[in-house]
Amino acid sequence: MRKNHPVRRAVLAGAATVSGIVLLLSLKPASGPASASAAGAAPQQTAAAQPSAAAQESPQGGSGAQRTGTRTVTGDAARTQYGAVQVRLTVSDGKIVKAEAVQAPKGGLSDQKTAMAVPKLNQEAVAAQSADIDAVSGATYTSGGYLKSLQSALDQVHG
Amino acid sequence: MGEAVAEPANAPAAVRHMEEVMGTVFSFDVRGGEPEAVGAALREAVAGLQRADRRFSTYRDDSQLSRLARGELTVEDCDPEVAEVLELGAEAERASEGWFSLRYQGRLDPTGIVKGWAAERAARRIAAAGASGVSVNGGGDVQLLGSPEAHRAWRVGVSDPLRTGGLAAVISAAGAEELAVATSGTAERGAHIVDPRTGRSAVTDLVSVTVVAPRLTWADCWATAAFAMGSREGLAWLQALPEVEALLITAGDEVRCTDGLAGRLG
Repeated sequence: MRKNHPVRRAVLAGAATVSGIVLLLSLKPASGPASASAAGAAPQQTAAAQPSAAAQESPQGGSGAQRTGTRTVTGDAARTQYGAVQVRLTVSDGKIVKAEAVQAPKGGLSDQKTAMAVPKLNQEAVAAQSADIDAVSGATYTSGGYLKSLQSALDQVHG
Repeated sequence: MGEAVAEPANAPAAVRHMEEVMGTVFSFDVRGGEPEAVGAALREAVAGLQRADRRFSTYRDDSQLSRLARGELTVEDCDPEVAEVLELGAEAERASEGWFSLRYQGRLDPTGIVKGWAAERAARRIAAAGASGVSVNGGGDVQLLGSPEAHRAWRVGVSDPLRTGGLAAVISAAGAEELAVATSGTAERGAHIVDPRTGRSAVTDLVSVTVVAPRLTWADCWATAAFAMGSREGLAWLQALPEVEALLITAGDEVRCTDGLAGRLG
């Protein structure tokens, strides 16, 4: 329980803003939820935006192949108050095993925020995933808010 | 039995579906059962949500609810599910001593109960068709039935309201054939809720209340009511309700739980 981490809030006050936006906006699907309702609608799959960074294979295939093997999901670039942020998740056998920033704000205060936010993002994405949850409960999201919700991320990972 | 070819024998086939309805998105995760029967039940469940949305919408002037509120229809003129929801809402009003209300600014508005009730009904409809596990998430309020796999229980993350993207807790449905997890937060209906003692908008020190109970219809109402009560009164009230556990988070980042919540943490 978080009671055991009284210091965390203060340390992460700045970082949480960025990491939250990064994690959630990064998973925005290319289309709306209504059109994603067909079974196995695939999120954007790319072979990585930067070829030099393409360490993971991204096997193509039908939606049925999504729960096995390793694939990457690259999110749209999200504007934050600190600059553009884009994130790539690596999903292996249905679990997020890696989260990395493809684009992150540079310079001055932004660098400091990014330095805190990106490692935190890795922890959070993996923590949420390693918690092995099936659904997420939270204050009611609107149809638009769904796209940024953890539930939306889960729905996409499981395709 | 409809075993999916690629799945291990002990992992029932999973069907997932997302549906935009009632101003939010419903996520379905259905396990096991005979695929055709379960698929048909899923389609019926979705159609049921869409019908409920049309009937209960306060945004549509021609919905049965809007016409009822204007006095153009009586409850008897409406579909039977309108009477059902209004009765359940009246029960929630009594049980919460008015903190949950079917009215907003004097006008009939059962929005606070419709979504949870509809999500629970959708989940039950699918389970009745033979699914071994059903999870229906109606915009952040979840009804769980059965289990996802033979030796694994459903697990629901509770969003951390003060740390976007993080989880405040994980609730496990282990040992429960049915369990609901509903969360009320500041983004929702805070300003809509009237303090029955003052007649004014309720003032709360909470940023979120998560209620764990067998039925989503009630879990959703209790979360709304306790959120308006504030941490002290809300926790005491929830503590006294049978089969109800809860996690309350204050604006000051304090976490308060009912005594039995620990037994539900995953």
